[in-house]
Amino acid sequence: MKLTYLVDRSIKYILLVCALLSVFILFLIAVFTLREGLEAFQTIGVGQMLSGTVWRPGQDQYGILAMILGSVLVTIGAIAIGVPFALGCAIFLAEVAPDNVRAIVRPAVELLAGIPSVVYGLVGMVVLVPMVRQIPVPGNSGYGLLSASIVLAVMILPTITNIAEDAIRAVPQSYREGAFALGSTHWQTITGVILPAARSGIIAGIILGVGRALGETMAMIMVIGNSVVLPKPLNDNPITIFLRQARTLTGNIAVEIGYATGVHESALFATGVILFMLIMLVNIAARMLMKERHA
Amino acid sequence: MTGSEIKLETQNFDLYYGNFQALDDISLQIPANQVTAIIGPSGCGKSTFLRAFNRMNDLIPGVHTDGEISMEGENIFNMDVVALRRRVGMVFQRPNPFPKSIYDNVTYGPRVNGLRDRDKLDEIAERSLRGAALWDEVKDDLGKSGLALSGGQQQRLCIARALAVEPDVILMDEPASALDPIATLRIEELIRELKEDYTIVIVTHNMQQAGRVSDYTAFFYTDESRTGILVEFDNTKKIFTNPSDQRTEDYITGRFG
Repeated sequence: MKLTYLVDRSIKYILLVCALLSVFILFLIAVFTLREGLEAFQTIGVGQMLSGTVWRPGQDQYGILAMILGSVLVTIGAIAIGVPFALGCAIFLAEVAPDNVRAIVRPAVELLAGIPSVVYGLVGMVVLVPMVRQIPVPGNSGYGLLSASIVLAVMILPTITNIAEDAIRAVPQSYREGAFALGSTHWQTITGVILPAARSGIIAGIILGVGRALGETMAMIMVIGNSVVLPKPLNDNPITIFLRQARTLTGNIAVEIGYATGVHESALFATGVILFMLIMLVNIAARMLMKERHA
Repeated sequence: MTGSEIKLETQNFDLYYGNFQALDDISLQIPANQVTAIIGPSGCGKSTFLRAFNRMNDLIPGVHTDGEISMEGENIFNMDVVALRRRVGMVFQRPNPFPKSIYDNVTYGPRVNGLRDRDKLDEIAERSLRGAALWDEVKDDLGKSGLALSGGQQQRLCIARALAVEPDVILMDEPASALDPIATLRIEELIRELKEDYTIVIVTHNMQQAGRVSDYTAFFYTDESRTGILVEFDNTKKIFTNPSDQRTEDYITGRFG
Protein backbone atom coordinates (compact mmCIF):
# COMPACT_ATOMS: atom_id res chain seq x y z
CA MET A 1 0.00 0.00 0.00
CA LYS A 2 2.67 2.38 1.08
CA LEU A 3 4.90 1.48 -1.89
CA THR A 4 2.09 2.10 -4.38
CA TYR A 5 1.58 5.48 -2.82
CA LEU A 6 5.28 6.23 -2.98
CA VAL A 7 5.54 5.25 -6.64
CA ASP A 8 2.50 7.35 -7.42
CA ARG A 9 3.93 10.38 -5.69
CA SER A 10 7.39 10.07 -7.16
CA ILE A 11 6.50 9.15 -10.74
CA LYS A 12 5.53 12.64 -11.72
CA TYR A 13 8.86 13.95 -10.47
CA ILE A 14 10.73 11.29 -12.44
CA LEU A 15 8.80 12.28 -15.55
CA LEU A 16 9.46 15.93 -14.84
CA VAL A 17 13.19 15.21 -14.64
CA CYS A 18 13.05 13.49 -18.04
CA ALA A 19 11.33 16.49 -19.55
CA LEU A 20 13.66 19.01 -17.91
CA LEU A 21 16.68 16.99 -18.94
CA SER A 22 15.84 17.31 -22.62
CA VAL A 23 15.46 21.06 -22.28
CA PHE A 24 18.72 21.15 -20.34
CA ILE A 25 20.54 19.18 -23.02
CA LEU A 26 19.36 21.66 -25.64
CA PHE A 27 20.65 24.44 -23.43
CA LEU A 28 23.99 22.66 -22.96
CA ILE A 29 24.45 22.17 -26.68
CA ALA A 30 23.75 25.83 -27.32
CA VAL A 31 26.15 26.97 -24.60
CA PHE A 32 28.89 24.53 -25.55
CA THR A 33 28.77 25.34 -29.26
CA LEU A 34 28.76 29.03 -28.50
CA ARG A 35 31.72 28.70 -26.11
CA GLU A 36 33.78 26.75 -28.61
CA GLY A 37 32.93 29.22 -31.36
CA LEU A 38 33.58 32.29 -29.24
CA GLU A 39 37.30 32.34 -30.01
CA ALA A 40 36.59 32.49 -33.73
CA PHE A 41 33.99 35.21 -33.31
CA GLN A 42 36.50 37.22 -31.28
CA THR A 43 39.62 36.79 -33.39
CA ILE A 44 37.93 36.85 -36.81
CA GLY A 45 34.90 38.99 -36.05
CA VAL A 46 31.27 38.08 -36.70
CA GLY A 47 30.92 40.51 -39.60
CA GLN A 48 34.13 39.32 -41.19
CA MET A 49 33.02 35.70 -40.97
CA LEU A 50 29.56 36.29 -42.34
CA SER A 51 30.68 38.51 -45.22
CA GLY A 52 34.04 36.95 -46.04
CA THR A 53 34.11 35.19 -49.40
CA VAL A 54 37.34 33.30 -48.89
CA TRP A 55 37.65 30.17 -46.75
CA ARG A 56 41.32 29.31 -46.47
CA PRO A 57 42.09 28.02 -42.98
CA GLY A 58 45.80 27.60 -43.81
CA GLN A 59 46.04 31.36 -44.29
CA ASP A 60 43.70 32.26 -41.48
CA GLN A 61 40.92 33.32 -43.82
CA TYR A 62 37.57 32.23 -42.49
CA GLY A 63 34.81 33.74 -44.60
CA ILE A 64 31.72 31.51 -44.73
CA LEU A 65 29.64 33.51 -47.20
CA ALA A 66 30.19 30.85 -49.86
CA MET A 67 28.80 28.20 -47.51
CA ILE A 68 25.87 30.38 -46.45
CA LEU A 69 25.09 30.92 -50.11
CA GLY A 70 25.52 27.20 -50.76
CA SER A 71 23.06 26.30 -48.00
CA VAL A 72 20.57 28.97 -49.05
CA LEU A 73 20.71 28.09 -52.75
CA VAL A 74 20.39 24.37 -52.21
CA THR A 75 17.43 25.00 -49.91
CA ILE A 76 15.76 27.27 -52.45
CA GLY A 77 16.34 24.63 -55.11
CA ALA A 78 14.93 21.89 -52.90
CA ILE A 79 11.86 23.97 -52.08
CA ALA A 80 11.30 24.89 -55.72
CA ILE A 81 11.39 21.24 -56.75
CA GLY A 82 10.00 19.64 -53.61
CA VAL A 83 7.05 21.86 -52.69
CA PRO A 84 4.95 21.38 -55.85
CA PHE A 85 5.70 17.67 -55.66
CA ALA A 86 4.84 17.44 -51.95
CA LEU A 87 1.69 19.55 -52.34
CA GLY A 88 0.59 17.32 -55.19
CA CYS A 89 1.09 14.26 -52.96
CA ALA A 90 -0.76 15.91 -50.07
CA ILE A 91 -3.74 16.93 -52.21
CA PHE A 92 -3.84 13.47 -53.75
CA LEU A 93 -3.78 11.77 -50.34
CA ALA A 94 -6.26 14.10 -48.67
CA GLU A 95 -8.75 14.75 -51.46
CA VAL A 96 -8.44 12.29 -54.30
CA ALA A 97 -7.07 8.92 -53.24
CA PRO A 98 -9.56 6.22 -52.29
CA ASP A 99 -8.85 4.68 -48.89
CA ASN A 100 -7.11 1.57 -50.21
CA VAL A 101 -4.72 3.59 -52.38
CA ARG A 102 -4.04 5.98 -49.53
CA ALA A 103 -3.24 3.00 -47.29
CA ILE A 104 -0.34 2.17 -49.61
CA VAL A 105 0.87 5.61 -50.64
CA ARG A 106 0.92 7.28 -47.25
CA PRO A 107 3.18 4.73 -45.51
CA ALA A 108 5.41 4.77 -48.59
CA VAL A 109 5.81 8.53 -48.32
CA GLU A 110 6.48 8.18 -44.61
CA LEU A 111 9.07 5.51 -45.31
CA LEU A 112 11.00 8.03 -47.37
CA ALA A 113 11.67 9.85 -44.10
CA GLY A 114 13.20 6.70 -42.63
CA ILE A 115 15.81 6.10 -45.32
CA PRO A 116 19.26 6.97 -43.97
CA SER A 117 20.75 10.13 -45.34
CA VAL A 118 23.83 8.32 -46.61
CA VAL A 119 21.66 6.09 -48.80
CA TYR A 120 20.17 9.17 -50.44
CA GLY A 121 23.73 10.34 -51.00
CA LEU A 122 24.73 7.05 -52.61
CA VAL A 123 21.74 6.98 -54.94
CA GLY A 124 22.41 10.61 -55.77
CA MET A 125 26.03 9.89 -56.65
CA VAL A 126 25.37 6.80 -58.70
CA VAL A 127 22.10 7.70 -60.43
CA LEU A 128 21.48 11.42 -60.29
CA VAL A 129 24.93 12.92 -60.76
CA PRO A 130 25.58 11.07 -64.06
CA MET A 131 22.18 12.26 -65.32
CA VAL A 132 22.86 15.88 -64.38
CA ARG A 133 26.25 15.57 -66.02
CA GLN A 134 24.45 15.09 -69.35
CA ILE A 135 23.34 18.73 -69.30
CA PRO A 136 25.64 20.24 -71.94
CA VAL A 137 27.14 23.25 -70.16
CA PRO A 138 30.94 23.62 -70.03
CA GLY A 139 32.23 23.15 -66.49
CA ASN A 140 29.28 20.98 -65.45
CA SER A 141 30.56 17.96 -63.52
CA GLY A 142 27.20 16.63 -62.39
CA TYR A 143 28.16 17.29 -58.79
CA GLY A 144 26.73 20.53 -57.55
CA LEU A 145 23.71 22.50 -56.40
CA LEU A 146 21.23 20.97 -58.84
CA SER A 147 21.96 17.37 -57.87
CA ALA A 148 21.95 18.37 -54.21
CA SER A 149 18.63 20.23 -54.61
CA ILE A 150 16.96 17.23 -56.21
CA VAL A 151 18.19 14.84 -53.51
CA LEU A 152 17.10 17.29 -50.83
CA ALA A 153 13.70 17.78 -52.47
CA VAL A 154 12.99 14.07 -52.07
CA MET A 155 14.28 14.12 -48.50
CA ILE A 156 11.94 16.92 -47.41
CA LEU A 157 8.98 15.47 -49.31
CA PRO A 158 7.59 13.43 -46.38
CA THR A 159 7.81 16.34 -43.93
CA ILE A 160 5.88 18.71 -46.17
CA THR A 161 3.47 16.09 -47.45
CA ASN A 162 2.47 14.92 -43.97
CA ILE A 163 1.90 18.35 -42.51
CA ALA A 164 0.16 19.67 -45.62
CA GLU A 165 -2.10 16.60 -45.77
CA ASP A 166 -3.07 17.06 -42.13
CA ALA A 167 -3.79 20.73 -42.79
CA ILE A 168 -5.97 19.89 -45.79
CA ARG A 169 -7.83 17.22 -43.84
CA ALA A 170 -8.42 19.69 -41.02
CA VAL A 171 -10.40 21.99 -43.33
CA PRO A 172 -14.01 21.66 -42.16
CA GLN A 173 -16.23 19.50 -44.35
CA SER A 174 -18.73 22.37 -44.32
CA TYR A 175 -16.41 24.47 -46.51
CA ARG A 176 -16.27 21.66 -49.04
CA GLU A 177 -20.03 21.26 -49.03
CA GLY A 178 -20.50 25.01 -49.32
CA ALA A 179 -18.24 25.18 -52.35
CA PHE A 180 -19.78 22.15 -54.05
CA ALA A 181 -23.28 23.48 -53.41
CA LEU A 182 -22.35 26.66 -55.28
CA GLY A 183 -21.50 24.59 -58.32
CA SER A 184 -17.74 24.45 -58.12
CA THR A 185 -15.91 21.47 -59.50
CA HIS A 186 -13.68 19.41 -57.24
CA TRP A 187 -10.57 21.14 -58.55
CA GLN A 188 -12.12 24.60 -58.10
CA THR A 189 -13.05 23.64 -54.57
CA ILE A 190 -9.48 22.54 -53.84
CA THR A 191 -7.78 25.62 -55.27
CA GLY A 192 -10.40 28.20 -54.33
CA VAL A 193 -11.45 27.12 -50.85
CA ILE A 194 -9.52 24.20 -49.39
CA LEU A 195 -5.93 25.26 -50.07
CA PRO A 196 -6.51 28.87 -48.94
CA ALA A 197 -8.16 27.56 -45.76
CA ALA A 198 -5.23 25.21 -45.15
CA ARG A 199 -2.65 27.84 -46.05
CA SER A 200 -1.03 28.43 -42.67
CA GLY A 201 -0.60 24.70 -42.08
CA ILE A 202 0.90 24.23 -45.52
CA ILE A 203 3.32 27.10 -44.98
CA ALA A 204 4.29 25.64 -41.61
CA GLY A 205 5.05 22.37 -43.38
CA ILE A 206 7.20 24.14 -45.93
CA ILE A 207 9.12 25.97 -43.23
CA LEU A 208 9.76 22.74 -41.35
CA GLY A 209 11.01 21.36 -44.67
CA VAL A 210 13.35 24.34 -44.93
CA GLY A 211 14.63 23.56 -41.43
CA ARG A 212 15.27 19.99 -42.43
CA ALA A 213 16.98 21.07 -45.65
CA LEU A 214 19.31 23.48 -43.85
CA GLY A 215 20.38 20.77 -41.43
CA GLU A 216 20.98 17.98 -43.92
CA THR A 217 24.66 17.02 -44.06
CA MET A 218 25.75 13.62 -45.30
CA ALA A 219 23.77 13.44 -48.52
CA MET A 220 24.86 16.98 -49.34
CA ILE A 221 28.54 16.21 -48.91
CA MET A 222 28.18 13.28 -51.29
CA VAL A 223 26.59 15.12 -54.21
CA ILE A 224 27.29 18.83 -53.93
CA GLY A 225 31.00 18.79 -54.78
CA ASN A 226 32.15 20.61 -51.63
CA SER A 227 33.90 23.49 -53.36
CA VAL A 228 34.62 26.38 -51.01
CA VAL A 229 34.53 28.92 -53.82
CA LEU A 230 31.65 31.38 -53.92
CA PRO A 231 29.12 29.81 -56.34
CA LYS A 232 28.65 31.73 -59.60
CA PRO A 233 26.84 30.90 -62.83
CA LEU A 234 28.87 28.79 -65.28
CA ASN A 235 27.98 31.06 -68.18
CA ASP A 236 25.79 34.04 -69.06
CA ASN A 237 22.64 32.25 -68.02
CA PRO A 238 22.20 32.89 -64.25
CA ILE A 239 20.35 29.61 -63.78
CA THR A 240 23.60 27.72 -64.48
CA ILE A 241 24.66 28.66 -60.94
CA PHE A 242 22.85 25.47 -59.97
CA LEU A 243 25.34 23.40 -61.98
CA ARG A 244 28.19 24.86 -59.93
CA GLN A 245 29.80 22.89 -57.14
CA ALA A 246 29.27 24.34 -53.70
CA ARG A 247 29.41 23.52 -50.02
CA THR A 248 26.80 23.81 -47.29
CA LEU A 249 27.35 25.12 -43.77
CA THR A 250 26.77 21.62 -42.42
CA GLY A 251 29.09 20.06 -44.98
CA ASN A 252 31.80 22.55 -44.08
CA ILE A 253 31.78 21.38 -40.48
CA ALA A 254 31.61 17.69 -41.23
CA VAL A 255 34.35 17.71 -43.88
CA GLU A 256 36.93 19.64 -41.87
CA ILE A 257 36.31 18.94 -38.19
CA GLY A 258 38.44 15.77 -38.32
CA TYR A 259 41.69 17.64 -38.69
CA ALA A 260 40.94 21.20 -37.60
CA THR A 261 42.72 22.75 -34.61
CA GLY A 262 42.88 26.14 -32.94
CA VAL A 263 41.03 29.01 -34.61
CA HIS A 264 40.09 26.75 -37.49
CA GLU A 265 38.30 24.39 -35.14
CA SER A 266 36.65 27.28 -33.38
CA ALA A 267 35.54 28.72 -36.73
CA LEU A 268 33.76 25.45 -37.47
CA PHE A 269 31.94 25.69 -34.16
CA ALA A 270 31.06 29.28 -35.05
CA THR A 271 29.62 27.95 -38.29
CA GLY A 272 27.57 25.60 -36.14
CA VAL A 273 26.30 28.49 -34.02
CA ILE A 274 25.13 30.35 -37.10
CA LEU A 275 23.43 27.23 -38.44
CA PHE A 276 21.85 26.61 -35.04
CA MET A 277 20.37 30.10 -34.93
CA LEU A 278 19.17 29.90 -38.51
CA ILE A 279 17.32 26.64 -37.91
CA MET A 280 15.93 27.88 -34.61
CA LEU A 281 14.48 30.93 -36.33
CA VAL A 282 12.93 28.76 -39.01
CA ASN A 283 11.38 26.43 -36.45
CA ILE A 284 10.00 29.27 -34.36
CA ALA A 285 8.39 30.71 -37.47
CA ALA A 286 6.83 27.32 -38.28
CA ARG A 287 5.59 26.91 -34.73
CA MET A 288 3.96 30.32 -34.73
CA LEU A 289 2.13 29.52 -37.95
CA MET A 290 0.94 26.17 -36.60
CA LYS A 291 -0.35 27.87 -33.48
CA GLU A 292 -2.23 30.41 -35.56
CA ARG A 293 -3.93 27.52 -37.28
CA HIS A 294 -5.06 25.93 -34.05
CA ALA A 295 -6.21 29.22 -32.56
CA MET B 1 -52.25 21.69 -55.72
CA THR B 2 -53.52 25.07 -56.74
CA GLY B 3 -52.54 24.61 -60.32
CA SER B 4 -49.23 26.45 -59.98
CA GLU B 5 -46.28 25.35 -62.04
CA ILE B 6 -44.28 22.34 -60.80
CA LYS B 7 -40.58 23.00 -60.27
CA LEU B 8 -39.33 19.75 -58.80
CA GLU B 9 -40.88 16.33 -58.86
CA THR B 10 -39.83 13.03 -57.31
CA GLN B 11 -41.28 9.74 -58.42
CA ASN B 12 -40.93 6.56 -56.36
CA PHE B 13 -37.63 7.83 -55.06
CA ASP B 14 -35.58 5.45 -52.89
CA LEU B 15 -32.18 6.18 -51.37
CA TYR B 16 -29.72 3.75 -49.84
CA TYR B 17 -26.56 4.19 -47.77
CA GLY B 18 -24.89 0.92 -48.72
CA ASN B 19 -27.43 -1.72 -47.66
CA PHE B 20 -29.39 0.60 -45.44
CA GLN B 21 -32.50 2.10 -47.00
CA ALA B 22 -32.90 5.69 -45.84
CA LEU B 23 -35.83 6.74 -48.02
CA ASP B 24 -38.62 4.59 -49.39
CA ASP B 25 -40.84 5.40 -52.33
CA ILE B 26 -41.10 9.17 -52.04
CA SER B 27 -43.30 10.83 -54.65
CA LEU B 28 -44.17 14.50 -54.43
CA GLN B 29 -44.34 17.66 -56.50
CA ILE B 30 -42.78 20.90 -55.38
CA PRO B 31 -44.54 23.96 -56.81
CA ALA B 32 -42.56 26.88 -58.21
CA ASN B 33 -42.29 30.14 -56.26
CA GLN B 34 -43.69 28.62 -53.13
CA VAL B 35 -42.13 27.60 -49.85
CA THR B 36 -42.33 23.89 -49.21
CA ALA B 37 -41.47 22.69 -45.71
CA ILE B 38 -40.32 19.19 -44.88
CA ILE B 39 -41.04 18.21 -41.30
CA GLY B 40 -40.79 15.03 -39.31
CA PRO B 41 -39.05 13.40 -36.37
CA SER B 42 -35.24 13.15 -36.17
CA GLY B 43 -33.68 10.51 -38.39
CA CYS B 44 -36.61 10.27 -40.78
CA GLY B 45 -34.48 11.26 -43.78
CA LYS B 46 -35.62 14.87 -44.22
CA SER B 47 -32.12 16.24 -44.79
CA THR B 48 -31.15 13.27 -46.93
CA PHE B 49 -34.19 13.94 -49.09
CA LEU B 50 -33.36 17.65 -49.35
CA ARG B 51 -29.78 16.86 -50.34
CA ALA B 52 -31.04 14.63 -53.13
CA PHE B 53 -32.30 17.68 -55.06
CA ASN B 54 -28.80 19.09 -55.64
CA ARG B 55 -27.17 15.65 -55.50
CA MET B 56 -25.07 16.50 -52.46
CA ASN B 57 -25.45 12.83 -51.52
CA ASP B 58 -23.11 12.08 -54.44
CA LEU B 59 -20.28 13.16 -52.14
CA ILE B 60 -21.02 10.33 -49.72
CA PRO B 61 -19.48 7.01 -50.76
CA GLY B 62 -21.89 4.10 -51.02
CA VAL B 63 -25.05 6.11 -51.70
CA HIS B 64 -27.30 4.91 -54.47
CA THR B 65 -30.80 5.77 -55.53
CA ASP B 66 -33.80 4.39 -57.38
CA GLY B 67 -36.69 6.25 -58.92
CA GLU B 68 -36.59 9.67 -60.44
CA ILE B 69 -36.17 13.29 -59.54
CA SER B 70 -36.87 15.85 -62.22
CA MET B 71 -36.58 19.58 -62.43
CA GLU B 72 -38.91 21.18 -64.94
CA GLY B 73 -39.36 17.74 -66.45
CA GLU B 74 -35.65 16.99 -66.85
CA ASN B 75 -34.13 14.08 -64.91
CA ILE B 76 -31.53 15.60 -62.57
CA PHE B 77 -29.47 12.43 -62.58
CA ASN B 78 -28.85 12.93 -66.29
CA MET B 79 -27.77 16.54 -65.78
CA ASP B 80 -24.22 17.72 -65.26
CA VAL B 81 -23.95 17.93 -61.48
CA VAL B 82 -22.12 21.28 -61.54
CA ALA B 83 -24.82 22.79 -63.76
CA LEU B 84 -27.53 21.32 -61.51
CA ARG B 85 -26.00 22.87 -58.40
CA ARG B 86 -25.86 26.26 -60.06
CA ARG B 87 -29.62 26.04 -60.53
CA VAL B 88 -30.33 24.51 -57.12
CA GLY B 89 -28.60 26.43 -54.35
CA MET B 90 -28.29 25.32 -50.77
CA VAL B 91 -28.11 26.87 -47.32
CA PHE B 92 -26.84 24.63 -44.55
CA GLN B 93 -27.80 24.04 -40.96
CA ARG B 94 -24.70 25.70 -39.56
CA PRO B 95 -23.64 28.90 -41.29
CA ASN B 96 -20.56 27.97 -43.32
CA PRO B 97 -19.04 31.11 -44.82
CA PHE B 98 -15.60 30.54 -46.28
CA PRO B 99 -12.67 32.03 -44.36
CA LYS B 100 -12.58 34.86 -46.88
CA SER B 101 -13.87 38.41 -47.03
CA ILE B 102 -17.60 39.10 -47.27
CA TYR B 103 -17.08 40.22 -50.86
CA ASP B 104 -15.14 37.09 -51.80
CA ASN B 105 -17.77 34.90 -50.17
CA VAL B 106 -20.61 36.43 -52.15
CA THR B 107 -18.77 36.52 -55.46
CA TYR B 108 -17.32 33.02 -55.10
CA GLY B 109 -20.06 31.37 -57.17
CA PRO B 110 -19.96 33.81 -60.11
CA ARG B 111 -16.16 33.67 -60.13
CA VAL B 112 -15.96 29.88 -60.34
CA ASN B 113 -18.49 30.32 -63.11
CA GLY B 114 -15.83 32.28 -64.97
CA LEU B 115 -17.02 35.85 -64.38
CA ARG B 116 -14.04 38.22 -63.99
CA ASP B 117 -15.55 41.64 -64.75
CA ARG B 118 -15.08 43.64 -61.59
CA ASP B 119 -18.06 45.96 -62.16
CA LYS B 120 -20.38 43.02 -62.76
CA LEU B 121 -19.08 41.29 -59.64
CA ASP B 122 -19.61 44.45 -57.57
CA GLU B 123 -23.13 44.67 -58.87
CA ILE B 124 -23.86 41.01 -58.09
CA ALA B 125 -22.39 41.40 -54.60
CA GLU B 126 -24.65 44.35 -53.84
CA ARG B 127 -27.75 42.79 -55.34
CA SER B 128 -27.20 39.47 -53.52
CA LEU B 129 -26.45 41.11 -50.17
CA ARG B 130 -29.55 43.29 -50.54
CA GLY B 131 -31.53 40.19 -51.47
CA ALA B 132 -30.37 38.55 -48.26
CA ALA B 133 -31.15 41.69 -46.22
CA LEU B 134 -27.52 42.04 -45.20
CA TRP B 135 -26.34 44.93 -47.39
CA ASP B 136 -27.06 47.77 -44.99
CA GLU B 137 -25.14 46.06 -42.21
CA VAL B 138 -21.99 45.24 -44.18
CA LYS B 139 -21.79 47.66 -47.12
CA ASP B 140 -18.88 49.60 -45.58
CA ASP B 141 -17.05 46.46 -44.54
CA LEU B 142 -17.05 44.18 -47.55
CA GLY B 143 -13.37 43.40 -47.00
CA LYS B 144 -14.01 42.07 -43.50
CA SER B 145 -13.80 38.31 -42.98
CA GLY B 146 -17.13 36.52 -43.27
CA LEU B 147 -16.22 34.67 -40.08
CA ALA B 148 -16.21 37.96 -38.15
CA LEU B 149 -19.99 38.34 -38.56
CA SER B 150 -22.56 37.20 -36.01
CA GLY B 151 -24.23 33.82 -36.53
CA GLY B 152 -27.38 35.33 -38.01
CA GLN B 153 -25.37 37.58 -40.31
CA GLN B 154 -23.23 34.62 -41.36
CA GLN B 155 -26.35 32.70 -42.31
CA ARG B 156 -27.65 35.64 -44.34
CA LEU B 157 -24.22 35.86 -45.97
CA CYS B 158 -24.58 32.21 -46.94
CA ILE B 159 -27.99 32.99 -48.39
CA ALA B 160 -26.50 35.93 -50.31
CA ARG B 161 -23.75 33.62 -51.55
CA ALA B 162 -26.40 31.20 -52.82
CA LEU B 163 -28.41 34.03 -54.46
CA ALA B 164 -25.32 35.30 -56.29
CA VAL B 165 -25.34 32.22 -58.51
CA GLU B 166 -28.93 33.10 -59.54
CA PRO B 167 -30.43 29.69 -58.86
CA ASP B 168 -34.05 28.73 -59.50
CA VAL B 169 -34.39 26.75 -56.30
CA ILE B 170 -32.94 27.28 -52.83
CA LEU B 171 -32.72 24.33 -50.47
CA MET B 172 -32.51 25.18 -46.80
CA ASP B 173 -31.50 22.59 -44.25
CA GLU B 174 -32.74 23.83 -40.87
CA PRO B 175 -31.29 27.23 -41.69
CA ALA B 176 -32.22 28.82 -38.37
CA SER B 177 -31.56 25.98 -35.95
CA ALA B 178 -28.20 27.40 -34.86
CA LEU B 179 -29.53 30.95 -34.47
CA ASP B 180 -31.13 32.95 -31.67
CA PRO B 181 -34.86 33.85 -31.88
CA ILE B 182 -34.32 37.34 -33.33
CA ALA B 183 -31.93 36.13 -36.02
CA THR B 184 -34.42 33.32 -36.70
CA LEU B 185 -37.23 35.79 -37.30
CA ARG B 186 -35.10 37.72 -39.75
CA ILE B 187 -34.34 34.56 -41.70
CA GLU B 188 -38.04 33.65 -41.76
CA GLU B 189 -38.95 37.10 -43.03
CA LEU B 190 -36.30 36.70 -45.69
CA ILE B 191 -37.65 33.32 -46.76
CA ARG B 192 -41.10 34.81 -47.31
CA GLU B 193 -39.58 37.60 -49.43
CA LEU B 194 -37.40 35.23 -51.44
CA LYS B 195 -40.29 33.10 -52.69
CA GLU B 196 -41.19 35.92 -55.07
CA ASP B 197 -38.20 34.94 -57.16
CA TYR B 198 -37.21 31.49 -56.00
CA THR B 199 -38.66 28.12 -55.23
CA ILE B 200 -37.76 27.27 -51.67
CA VAL B 201 -37.61 23.90 -49.97
CA ILE B 202 -36.88 24.03 -46.26
CA VAL B 203 -36.24 21.27 -43.77
CA THR B 204 -37.18 22.26 -40.26
CA HIS B 205 -37.51 20.75 -36.85
CA ASN B 206 -39.61 23.63 -35.72
CA MET B 207 -43.28 23.16 -36.53
CA GLN B 208 -44.19 26.74 -35.73
CA GLN B 209 -41.58 27.76 -38.23
CA ALA B 210 -43.04 25.48 -40.87
CA GLY B 211 -46.45 26.98 -40.13
CA ARG B 212 -45.14 30.53 -40.36
CA VAL B 213 -43.09 30.35 -43.53
CA SER B 214 -44.39 27.57 -45.73
CA ASP B 215 -47.18 27.21 -48.26
CA TYR B 216 -46.91 23.44 -48.52
CA THR B 217 -45.75 20.90 -45.98
CA ALA B 218 -44.49 17.36 -46.38
CA PHE B 219 -44.58 15.18 -43.29
CA PHE B 220 -41.94 12.47 -43.18
CA TYR B 221 -41.99 9.67 -40.71
CA THR B 222 -40.02 6.58 -39.78
CA ASP B 223 -40.51 3.52 -37.64
CA GLU B 224 -37.94 1.18 -36.04
CA SER B 225 -36.54 0.33 -39.48
CA ARG B 226 -35.22 3.94 -39.63
CA THR B 227 -36.34 4.09 -43.28
CA GLY B 228 -38.01 7.40 -44.05
CA ILE B 229 -41.40 7.50 -45.73
CA LEU B 230 -43.64 10.33 -46.85
CA VAL B 231 -46.86 10.22 -44.84
CA GLU B 232 -48.64 13.27 -46.10
CA PHE B 233 -48.06 16.21 -48.40
CA ASP B 234 -50.51 19.06 -48.69
CA ASN B 235 -51.24 22.71 -48.10
CA THR B 236 -49.57 23.80 -44.89
CA LYS B 237 -52.90 25.03 -43.58
CA LYS B 238 -54.53 21.69 -44.25
CA ILE B 239 -51.67 19.76 -42.63
CA PHE B 240 -51.79 21.87 -39.51
CA THR B 241 -55.54 22.11 -39.09
CA ASN B 242 -57.00 19.01 -40.63
CA PRO B 243 -54.40 16.35 -41.43
CA SER B 244 -55.59 13.23 -43.19
CA ASP B 245 -53.26 10.82 -41.42
CA GLN B 246 -53.38 10.00 -37.74
CA ARG B 247 -49.56 10.01 -37.51
CA THR B 248 -49.42 13.54 -38.87
CA GLU B 249 -51.94 14.68 -36.33
CA ASP B 250 -50.07 12.99 -33.50
CA TYR B 251 -46.85 14.66 -34.56
CA ILE B 252 -48.38 18.11 -35.07
CA THR B 253 -50.08 18.01 -31.72
CA GLY B 254 -46.84 17.03 -30.07
CA ARG B 255 -47.76 13.52 -29.05
CA PHE B 256 -44.35 12.30 -30.19
CA GLY B 257 -41.22 13.48 -31.96
